[in-house]
This record gives sequence, C-alpha cells and structure tokens, in this order.
Amino acid sequence: MNAPHGANARPRNPGMPLALDLVRAVQVNASAVERRTATLPGRRSVKKEWQAAWLVRALECIDLTTLAGDDTPGRVHRLCAKARNPLRADIVAGLGLATPPRVGAVCVYPTMVAPAVAALEGSGIPVASVATGFPAGLTPLPLRLQEIREAVKDGAAEIDIVITRAHVLNQDWQTLYDEIRAMREACGDAHLKAILGTGDLRTLRNVARASQVAMMAGADFIKTSTGKEDVNATLPVSLVMLRAIREYFEATGHHVGFKPAGGLRAAKDALNWLILMKEELGRDWLEPDLFRIGASSLLGDIERQLEHYVTGRYASLSRHALA
Amino acid sequence: MGKITDILRTMEYGPAPEATDIVTAWLGQHAAGFDHFIGGKFVRPAGGKRFAVTNPATGAELAQVAQGSAADIDRAVKAARSAQKGWAARSGEDRARYLYAIARHVQKRERFLSVLETMDNGKPIREARDIDMPLVARHFYHHAGWAALLSDEFPGLGPVGVCGQIIPWNFPLLMLAWKVAPALAAGNTVVLKPAEYTPMTALAFAGICREVGLPDGVVNIVTGDGETGAALVAHPGIDKIAFTGSTEVGRRIREATAGTGKKLALELGGKSPFIVFDDADLDSAVEGVVDAIWFNQGQVCCAGSRLLVQEGVAERFYAKLKARMATLRVGNPLDKAIDIGAIVAPVQLARIIELVEQGRREGAACHQPATALPGQGLFYPPTLFTGIEPASTLAQTEIFGPVLVAMTFRTPDEAVALANNSAYGLSASIWSENINLCLDQAARIQAGVVWINGTNMFDAAAGFGGYRESGFGREGGREGMREYLKPLAARKAMAAATAMTFDATPAPDAVPVDDLDRTAKLFVGGKQVRPDSGYSYTLTDPKGRSLGQAGLGNRKDIRNAVEAAHKAGGWSTVAGHNRAQVLFFLAENLGARKAEFAARLTALTGQKAAVSEKEVATALDRIVFYAAMADKYDGRVHATKARHVTLAMPEPFGVMGISCPDEMPLLSLVSLIVPAIALGNRVVATPSQRHPLIATDFYQVLETSDVPAGVVNLVTGERDVLAKTLAEHDDVAAHWYFGSAEGSAMVECASAGNLKVTWVNYGLARDWLSRADGQGEEFLAHACQIKNIWVPYGE
Repeated sequence: MNAPHGANARPRNPGMPLALDLVRAVQVNASAVERRTATLPGRRSVKKEWQAAWLVRALECIDLTTLAGDDTPGRVHRLCAKARNPLRADIVAGLGLATPPRVGAVCVYPTMVAPAVAALEGSGIPVASVATGFPAGLTPLPLRLQEIREAVKDGAAEIDIVITRAHVLNQDWQTLYDEIRAMREACGDAHLKAILGTGDLRTLRNVARASQVAMMAGADFIKTSTGKEDVNATLPVSLVMLRAIREYFEATGHHVGFKPAGGLRAAKDALNWLILMKEELGRDWLEPDLFRIGASSLLGDIERQLEHYVTGRYASLSRHALA
Repeated sequence: MGKITDILRTMEYGPAPEATDIVTAWLGQHAAGFDHFIGGKFVRPAGGKRFAVTNPATGAELAQVAQGSAADIDRAVKAARSAQKGWAARSGEDRARYLYAIARHVQKRERFLSVLETMDNGKPIREARDIDMPLVARHFYHHAGWAALLSDEFPGLGPVGVCGQIIPWNFPLLMLAWKVAPALAAGNTVVLKPAEYTPMTALAFAGICREVGLPDGVVNIVTGDGETGAALVAHPGIDKIAFTGSTEVGRRIREATAGTGKKLALELGGKSPFIVFDDADLDSAVEGVVDAIWFNQGQVCCAGSRLLVQEGVAERFYAKLKARMATLRVGNPLDKAIDIGAIVAPVQLARIIELVEQGRREGAACHQPATALPGQGLFYPPTLFTGIEPASTLAQTEIFGPVLVAMTFRTPDEAVALANNSAYGLSASIWSENINLCLDQAARIQAGVVWINGTNMFDAAAGFGGYRESGFGREGGREGMREYLKPLAARKAMAAATAMTFDATPAPDAVPVDDLDRTAKLFVGGKQVRPDSGYSYTLTDPKGRSLGQAGLGNRKDIRNAVEAAHKAGGWSTVAGHNRAQVLFFLAENLGARKAEFAARLTALTGQKAAVSEKEVATALDRIVFYAAMADKYDGRVHATKARHVTLAMPEPFGVMGISCPDEMPLLSLVSLIVPAIALGNRVVATPSQRHPLIATDFYQVLETSDVPAGVVNLVTGERDVLAKTLAEHDDVAAHWYFGSAEGSAMVECASAGNLKVTWVNYGLARDWLSRADGQGEEFLAHACQIKNIWVPYGE
C-alpha cells in the first residue's frame, strides 16, 4: 500500500452523518469572495530562496496527470519516469536539496493504473486513478462502484471520483451523500478525492454546499474539477472550498485535503494557490498529504523557474525532460 | 542543511522588500530642502524656515520641507488669483487635456509615487500601489471628463474662483487628487496645503504639474503645519475652503469662515458601524473587517471601527476574527507581504495607546494577537475590544488606529439604533445575504456612504462625504463637482431694512377691527399655540400704524417646535407621491383664498395690489412646481465599477430650520418651506419678522390641507434671536437663513456646534418672483443630502 507521503501523516476523515442544517446554512457572498481572491496575490509575495523553496513544495504537491483518450502504457511509462525524476540533478544540487523531490502522485485513467503501478514500483509515489465514469459521472452507480474496485485492485492508492452534479443542481443532498459514502466504501484503504466539477455547479453557494456534503460522506480530499469543464480551478472556487474545509475541521477535528485541478499551468499560479492554502488553512495544509495540484504542464514551468533561480539565466523547456 | 531545506520546513514567507533606490536618489537631490510650489516655480519659504519630515517606519529623516508662513500663503493666493481667469477661460476640452495628462503621468510615475508615499506615510506598499495610486489616476481621468462636459452638464454654473485646500496625512496623494481634480475641472485654481507629516507626494505632484506643462499658478502647493492652514483659511482672497481632517479642526474652520462667503466643504471624522447579521457570509465579513479597520492602520476616516454583530453569531464571529487577526502581518511597510504598516507619527501612536489603555481601564476585553512587532518604528498591533457598550468611551471616540470595538445586537431595529448612536455619520457596512434587510438598513442608517457586503469601496464617479458631524459636501461624482461650482449670475445686496422694534407693551393706537379681535399664534406640532414667553409684539404698516400682534417666540418655542418636527418622522419616509398629493391640495386650498391673501399682503406691506396678486399667484405656481418635483427629484445610479450598483439617493436632512426674509413675505416663505418639505424634511420656520401675519394666516391653509402635524412649524418673532437658537440646536440638521449679512455670519458660526449644513444669503437679495432665481435645482439640492449606497452583485 502506497501511503500518501509528506510531513503530516494523519488519520483519514471518517465522515459524519449528513447534517442538512449545516449544509443549508452555508452562505457565500460571491462578490466578496472575488474581492478577496483578486487582492490576495498582491497581499503576499515570496521572493528569492523563499520562492525557490515554495516552488519545490508546489512540485511535491503535483498529481502529475495524463487523462487523454490516446493514453497508452508507453505514454504512462514516460510520465512515471518524469514523476520519479522531476528535476534535473544539477538543479537539485543547486538548490541544496539532500534528496531529489518527487511529485505527489501520478494520476491516470483506470485502465492505465496497472502500467503506472509497474512503472513507479519502489518509488513510493502513489498512483491515483480517476473513476466513476469520469468526467461526467453519469454511468449507472453499480458500474461506477465497480470501476473504483477495479482500479483499487490494480493498485491505485487514491481514487479521484466525480460527483453527480445533478444532485447538487437539484439540491438533493441525501442522494449525493449516499453515493459518495458508497464510493468511499468501495475505495477501501485507497483515499477518496471527490471532484465537485465546480464549473458545472456554477454558483459558489453550490460549491460550498457540495464541499460540505462530500466531507460529511468521508472524502479525504475535495477537488475542484475534472479539467474537462469549461471553467476549471479558479481562486474564488478554491477559497470557498478551503473555507468549507476549515469549517468542517473546526466542527469535527478531521483534516480534509484540497486539490485544485485544471488550468494551473504557471509557476506563479502554484504560488498563488500555496498562499491561499497558507492564509486560509495554515501551515499544515502545505504538504502533499493535504494539498495536491492536478496538472500536466505546470511541472515544466516550475522546472524553468527553478533553473533560473540556480543559474540566473532564463531557461528553455527543451533542456528539461518531457513528462 | 541548506536554506531552502529550512524554508521547506517552516514555509515562511520571507522578506519581499520594495526597492527604494530611485526615491532615495530623488530625496538626495533635494538635500538642501524642498521649497513651496507657487506660480509654477519652486520658491523658498519667505521666513526661510524648514522642518523635518520623517519615515514613521524607521524614524529616519526623509527631507527638510518649507514652513509656510502667511506671506507664503499670500503669495500663493495671488499666483492662483492671477491664473484663475485664464484657466477658467480655456475651453472645457482644453482643461480636460491637462487633467488627462496628469492622470497619465501619475500612471507613468506610479511606482515612484507609491514608494514615496509609503516612506512618508508608513502605509503598506501594497495599499499605496494597488489602492491609492490607481484611485489617484482614476480621479484625474474622471474629472478630465467633467472638464469637457462642464458647460453641457452644469449650465448656469461656473467656477468658484481660488480654492484653498487642506488635506490630511492618511491618504496624502489621493486626498490631493480628490481636491485638485474637481477644482481644476471646474475652472478653479488652487492653493493646496498638504499635511505636515506627509507633504512628499504633493511635492512630487508639483513636479508632475510642471512635467505636463500645467499653466503657472493653476496649482500652488504650500507646505507647513496647522498655522499655515489657518493662514490659508483666513486669507481674504480665497473663495472656497475644502478641508479633510478632524472634526475639531473642521469646527474651527467653520467658525473662522463664518460670514465670509467662502464656500466650505468639510470631510471629517467618523466612527462607522460595520454590521454583521446572522445570515451573512461570515468568512467574507471577517475579510471585510480586515479591510475596514486594518486598512491603512485604521487611520481612515470611514474605517468600520464599530463592529455590530447579531448576538446569535457573535461568539462564532469573534472566534473567526481572532483567528484571522493572528495571520495579519505587521511590519516594514515597504515589504510587499505586510498588512499593517507604521502609524504616521509618535503623537498618533501615543493617542492610540492611551485610548486602548482607557478601554482596558473601563473593563472591556482587549484582544491582540501574538504578532511580532518590529523593534523600531511606530507600530501597533491589530486590536479587538469586545464587551463594549454604547456608554463606553471607545464606542463613541474616534481612535484613528487599528482598534476595533465590538458590540452585539438582537434585531434589525436595534442594529439601526446602535449604528445611529453616534455624533458622526460618514459610512456604514452592512453584511447579510438578505437584500431586503440590507437595503432597509441602508435607508435607515445616517451615513453618507453605505457599503453592502463590502467596505471601503471608492470610485471617482461616486460621491463621498458625511452626514452629521462627519461634515458636509461631497467629493467625487456629479455631487462632488457641484462643490466647485457656483451660479454665474451676480447677486445684489438686499435693500437696507428700516429699523423695527419688537415692542411687547400695549400699542399706542388701535388696530382697526371689522369683526372680532384676532390672535395670531405660533403653529407648532399642528396646533396653534401661544408663545412660551406670554409676550406678543405689535406690527405696523409702512406708515407706522398698528396692524395687530404676533407672538414673540423665544428659544423654548424653538425647542418645542423642533421636538414636534422630530415626532413627524413619518413624513420623511412616505412615498414622494403622498407628499405630492398633500402639496397639490395645499395649492388648491391657497388658490381658493387667493384674493383674501393678496388683500392681506397689501394691507400688511403697503405694496400695490397688482404686486400682491402676482406674489400669491407665484406662490401657487411654486407649490405646484414642488408638488410636481416631490416624486421626480430622484437619485442616480453612478457608473462606478463593473457589477456594482452604486445608488446616489437624495435623502431629507430630517429637521431643518428656515429663517425667512421680509421680502415677499408669503412668496419667500412658500419658496423656502415647500422645497424642503417636498423632499421629506420637516421644518421649523421663522416667517418674516416684519410681516408674520401672512404666515399666521397661512397656517390655516396648512391645517386644511392634510399637512401632517409637525411637518411645518411656524415660530414668529425676532428673526436673528430665533435663528441663533436654531443654528445652535444640535437636533436640527440643516439651516437656511435668508436675512442680513450679520445674521448669515452668526448662523454659520453658531452652526459649528453640530456642523449642521447651512445655506445663507449673506444679506444678498433674491428675486423671489423669478422662476430662475426663486425656485428649482438650487433649492432642491440644498434640501437634501446624497447618500451613496454600494451594492456589489453576482452569484
């Protein structure tokens, strides 16, 4: 079993009975949330070695992802090789790191779990699998649950499930809760990341309520998007989800992780999200067991920025190994 | 282990200082000391004196700047005067070009100005860079537009002349922009006195004026202290004073300018409520509090410094707030990741410390996070007081520091009551997800600016300014432009009044009586009442013959009338349509008695019958005009930011005092009280002291016209005696005075007590019969105050 790595190994979120009063009491003021996230990048800044360190941390939180129709075992093998060795040795040395950093996980489709597990053997890097009819999540529930069990059987340590957006849009919290609960059971020891599909939920109020229900149903992580919606991870959506995590933590004492996914491509984006995590949830949430970034091209930009930090010269992607 | 490994363990932010080399070099070029900027040149102070300006974050001296004397002010006013005609004579488009160039150059010098502002004032560079400077540029852009539109949008109005402007230290360049931009747009020239602690960006702005080729003398800047400001206020060559600062100094300026005819705008202190209802987005409201009271170290006139939380969520909200306070970073304001910078000056820090100590002594619970403060410089941690009661010193006193005081409330009514329990009325923030509740609160709270689910939102297109002792006048938007304009038409002095006595002893001759003897009374609270004094004075016709008696009202009658007016609050909240109906009915009933009133006017004044008929007919037209306006003089939606509705709502003052002239005693009375009540005010009017009997006839018309009791109160007697009581009355929000020059000065001076809004005639005549001079926008604009309500929206 590949446990999530990082400084904070914590008990999983066991969930709690659905508390509809708490879900319905959620209030979100969209324009105030947007003001907060619009000004946050201007309120905090990391420079020089602090910036380099924060980018290393961002790298360690990446779920290096390939979720394409043309994925093959060969393609997955190449991605896993990058996951094992995300940063060139001279940059690792230049940063003064004792050991090379590694990414948080590799994230693939269920049929690619087996090749990924094989490729990552001995690395300690967990394999995450999307499941439950990703990305729409509208296949029959037994099939969705079966898909989870297959992925776990093949060695996935983390399952990124998609919720049924219809249950949110229709405010059918009980059905949503029951489904996620069943998925959590199907996961067994594998950690469950609940993808809310925030771009489909449209309103921040929906996002906040869906976040609460997913955590009550036992999600280990809540995740913004599949990467396939029109709008994926945004700072306002993330802020609302982080506040929900804080609310849940204050009510239950259980830590739930957060994973923005889709659209985070620049190193600067990763810093903004780390700042948001630190400001809203604090130091504990700056580790890969409570924070992941779902991304495929972000790593390349982080490599370039770190190379610039080490050499003082602006870098070219062609000098970094392809993921 | 390397440093990066250590940082990976702590995940601290690390330092992120803004570079200062360019500003430091500029200050170095002026090591010999900065001069005043007068007539387009930098000129040495007449007295040769300079004083030190320091960086509050380090205590280091930044510069020596000129100490302005009365001679310097005089020189600057002369330069402004000689430039004013030429500046005003340019086309609006031409002035717009200069304002546009200033906006552009502020943007080009954005980082220089931001760094300089932070070094001078101590505010975080983030705020100087992301808030102050963009708003400065925005203000000049916006007013470049007003310059181009002036003749179209403000027909009949022109520049006031030379404006003296005194600005505070909390937003040095932004307050300069708020003052200079509209003044220049309207064709005025200015003499600006920056705050003693923070003159540096104003001096840099002088350089921008030169850089854009602004004509010499249009902007003059004299640095100095309070004495320099006092010299500016006192200078006879100034046509208008605009002041932003403390209420205490604002009062002194009101007194000093009383009767001089100088137009005055005061933007003063506040103790603004920040109201959190139990259905608010509490996390967002916490961030709102951060931006309300820990913005600019709380040194903000409109800071949300009184937190009112609904009791059921108070403990939860306080817990969230305390957690948030722990993540605020206090320190070097040049650091890009600092939330709270330095307090501007030692005296200000000492005041904050003293007030916090007083709060502790009074037993309130004081919470401060364990935030590390820098070892040197003027810093103070974010502070929250809970267990504050309205009776606590800290609930009433403006602290002007990062100190929040919190109280709880149970119901929306109680929230309003607590919010309005203050001498101030600058701003308010209201947090609830219920728009019905928000707008109801916004309507009922006495404040010039109301932010719904937000705080400290500013834009050049919106008006900013206070109710009550937070001052008067607006900055920004259409209402702000009016402050820098005056009617172009010149006005003549009133005809000299012949002496009159208020003899309360038996008259030497008999009043001709056709029927029974008539007793004119005062009209208070809808009832005819005898004067408190028990005295009546005899009125005479132009030939000196007795006409009858009128009650000799005194201060107690004014007191009673004000109380009656306060009880008639319903008039201010009914629909304009309801008021219109009453006013039309008033016209109807006066119309029915036209001939009687005309005859009475002729008998009282000795004027020709045709003139009396014209006076009555015009009075009728006037009532109809304001009846028509009652449901049409509405507000605006300002074009501020995207996805914001910014409502500019004209609101009645509440209770107004009106001192009427002797000229056209019926028409002037109607011309003054009807616009006031049409917009929802309740008035205490003193009719013509010489011809009060037309007013005492008029109350019979009021009585038959469904004018609710207390909406119009008439107290006859000696105008200036009664005017003084009205002007001094703290529960009268505005006072119109149409009488002598001396009386005008007295009213303006006496109004300083509660800083009521005054409109006086300085003894100048008005053509009451004329449509242009006797009615219209000028009267309506003076009968209301504009409340700007910001409603951001989006889901």
